[in-house]
Amino acid sequence: MDGLDLARWQFAITTVYHFFFVPVTISLVAITAGLQTAWYRTGKEKYLRLTKFYGKLFLINIAMGVVTGLVQEFQFGMNWSDYSRFVGDVFGAPLALEGLLAFFLESTFIGLWIFGWDRLPKLVHLGCIWMVVLGTQLSAYFILAANSWMQNPVGFRYNAARGRAELTDLWAVLTNKVVLVTFPHTIFAAFMVGGAFVAGVALWHLVRRPGTDGDVFRSALKIGASVVLVAGVGVAISGDLQGKVMTEVQPMKMAAAEALYETEKPASFSVFTVGTLDGSKEIFSIKLPYLLSFLATGRFDGEVQGINSLQEAYEQLYGPGSYKPNIPLTYWTFRLMIGVGMASAAVALWLLWTTRRGRAPARWLVWLAAPLPLLPLVANTFGWIFTETGRQPWLVFGLLPTASGVSPGTTSGEVITSLVGFTALYGVLAVVEMRLMLRAIWSGLPEADVGVGRPRTGGSDDDESGADDEPDPLSFAY
Amino acid sequence: MELTTVWFVAIATLWTGYFVLEGFDFGVGMLLRVLGRTEPERRAIVTTIGPVWDGNEVWLIVAGGATFAAFPEWYATLFSGFYLPLFAILVGLIVRGVALEYRGKRDEPEWRARMDAMIVVGSVLPALLWGVAFGNIVRGVPLDADHEYVGGFGTLLNPFALLGGLTFVAVFVTHGAIFLALRTTDDLRRRANRLASRASVVIAVLAAGFLVWAQHLRGDLASMILAGAAMVALSGGLVANELAREGWAFVGTTLAIGLAVVSLFVALFPDVMPSTLDPGSTLTIVDAASTPYTLKAMTIITAIVLPLVLLYQGWSYWVFRKRVTVAPVSVSAS
Repeated sequence: MDGLDLARWQFAITTVYHFFFVPVTISLVAITAGLQTAWYRTGKEKYLRLTKFYGKLFLINIAMGVVTGLVQEFQFGMNWSDYSRFVGDVFGAPLALEGLLAFFLESTFIGLWIFGWDRLPKLVHLGCIWMVVLGTQLSAYFILAANSWMQNPVGFRYNAARGRAELTDLWAVLTNKVVLVTFPHTIFAAFMVGGAFVAGVALWHLVRRPGTDGDVFRSALKIGASVVLVAGVGVAISGDLQGKVMTEVQPMKMAAAEALYETEKPASFSVFTVGTLDGSKEIFSIKLPYLLSFLATGRFDGEVQGINSLQEAYEQLYGPGSYKPNIPLTYWTFRLMIGVGMASAAVALWLLWTTRRGRAPARWLVWLAAPLPLLPLVANTFGWIFTETGRQPWLVFGLLPTASGVSPGTTSGEVITSLVGFTALYGVLAVVEMRLMLRAIWSGLPEADVGVGRPRTGGSDDDESGADDEPDPLSFAY
Repeated sequence: MELTTVWFVAIATLWTGYFVLEGFDFGVGMLLRVLGRTEPERRAIVTTIGPVWDGNEVWLIVAGGATFAAFPEWYATLFSGFYLPLFAILVGLIVRGVALEYRGKRDEPEWRARMDAMIVVGSVLPALLWGVAFGNIVRGVPLDADHEYVGGFGTLLNPFALLGGLTFVAVFVTHGAIFLALRTTDDLRRRANRLASRASVVIAVLAAGFLVWAQHLRGDLASMILAGAAMVALSGGLVANELAREGWAFVGTTLAIGLAVVSLFVALFPDVMPSTLDPGSTLTIVDAASTPYTLKAMTIITAIVLPLVLLYQGWSYWVFRKRVTVAPVSVSAS
């Protein structure tokens, strides 16, 4: 394994790991804000208890998202310094804007939300969590705009003298047609995870603790499963749009997703293929005729270009070399993303049906409680592995090969140190986080008055602010 | 003012804000087991920074992002060159952040002790290594003609940079102790005050030594005046601490850190990464900068957004302005 491979593995591990926490954060904070809004408007105790319960799970999760996000901000410079030099003028702006517009908002208002129970007026406190929601959405938009530029560079010119891409139109970068479809796809996919998480936790409680807070968890189950279904429809529609944009700007990725070697018109969608993916030998396959043409072009008889003809075209354009991504990897991650995502929507639908009009869920269903959120989570992972490896061998499509972006001065020893170090640390933290999460889930709904002033002796005579009337903010989070 | 200068100032400001704010977070973290003798005390100590530490850390993230956007070459050279220290800083910050958020989630003393250890290590390590990193930036590092760092890890561990590391740790401890004296009550408050008082001579000597050496390596009249002002502010803060005027003491250490960091950046200007090899390999703001278009777009957006950020961050400090008292018993946080 050379320095390039090490740097790629390092980036893949830290980024995939970071993205285990991102979809949960994005969706769970919005669901929590929705629950708190429901409490604010109806005054019903069950919404307050659900807000605190899922809010705590959200906080356990986001702590990991925040700390692993730190690595994201600096590893471009560490392992990909030539990439940073090449793209900084364009790519740096959305990254800086993400920090300035989104991270300040998120971090400050999370602090206010955690410690502001009972201290801020109810409406202001509710506003705080919605500001966090706004922060997560802005953050997602800016970082996806940056990534979309790597998929489809726009709004720049190439400066040959400086050997770098230079921004000419920031608005074009922020309204890249790729980000316009990728943002809704990513957000909807995140909501599938959060909805499934809420539903899975509620399902566990309903089956294992049928006597405890059954009504409350029944509401949570319905809310969660409904979120999964609505988000699932959103994922499908936005994914379909995304496929068409991808076919236009990165036809090789679409061809690789299908392992489509020869151009076809009309093209059929391969559901499953056994054989060698280089197209030389096919033992068994299930194909849906016309479907790929429709997915890629919107017409049932549209032409979809194959890998071989694209390879020839790219050689003419960019010179000799292979322009094919890892075909088995793109082929299977694309399928697994769709299949696993659809499976989670099916489970959610089944749960809604089986608990309709007050019916209790069957006991065996508890076995679905854990897979339910994990399915859309790994679908997210597969989606990112697909879209990032499908761009290879490019780091910035058509502009910068991956091999040219790696830090020239960084030694293998350094990269191995950080690769092993981060992986080991992340492994330990995953165990710590999962245990805390399970404990918090297991301990069930808090009482409605948790977080409201607890007797304390504070307010000694030299305490200038008079802590006697100050409620204890810690009971909720610290 | 040239846009490159504007962005040099902006990045200097972000780092200054980061060290002033995260400086007391680090100090509080380092003193957690020193000043916090009982669990309720330690809990009160953590609570003083609980609502704000994450927002303070964003100053670092924005400093990183802004450097990437405004000076890509600086971002690339600095973080690939200082690879291992940065890796260790990131590990420290990860460990500290997780521990701050997770320590209250379980009640067992062993759990709390483990989280406390993570907070202490995660506060000392980044404080020390940021000092080493800034020492090296000011001193200069071996860069080749492509502005690529060609030294090893050992190159970064020179006496001046190590003094920088020690100074950062010591000053942040004082800053944190004074912050705790300002934010707590009773016994804890008095102990924090006394600790800052006992350490004052050592801190003043270290800070003076580091700043004088820095001026000797790379300084002009302006940076010298700023360094002098930093020492005056530090002395004033330490005297105010002796008089138990905690607000003034905190203003003193805040100004001292701010002025000292600004002094280092002024000494550096217009270079961003001086080379110890060929002076021609030195990375300057002009070599490192993005295009005028990018800088202009960023300037407009920052001018609109930054005041808002300062406003709501300031508001959050206002909301949590009350002193934190030590709860009588250690109660379940779950």
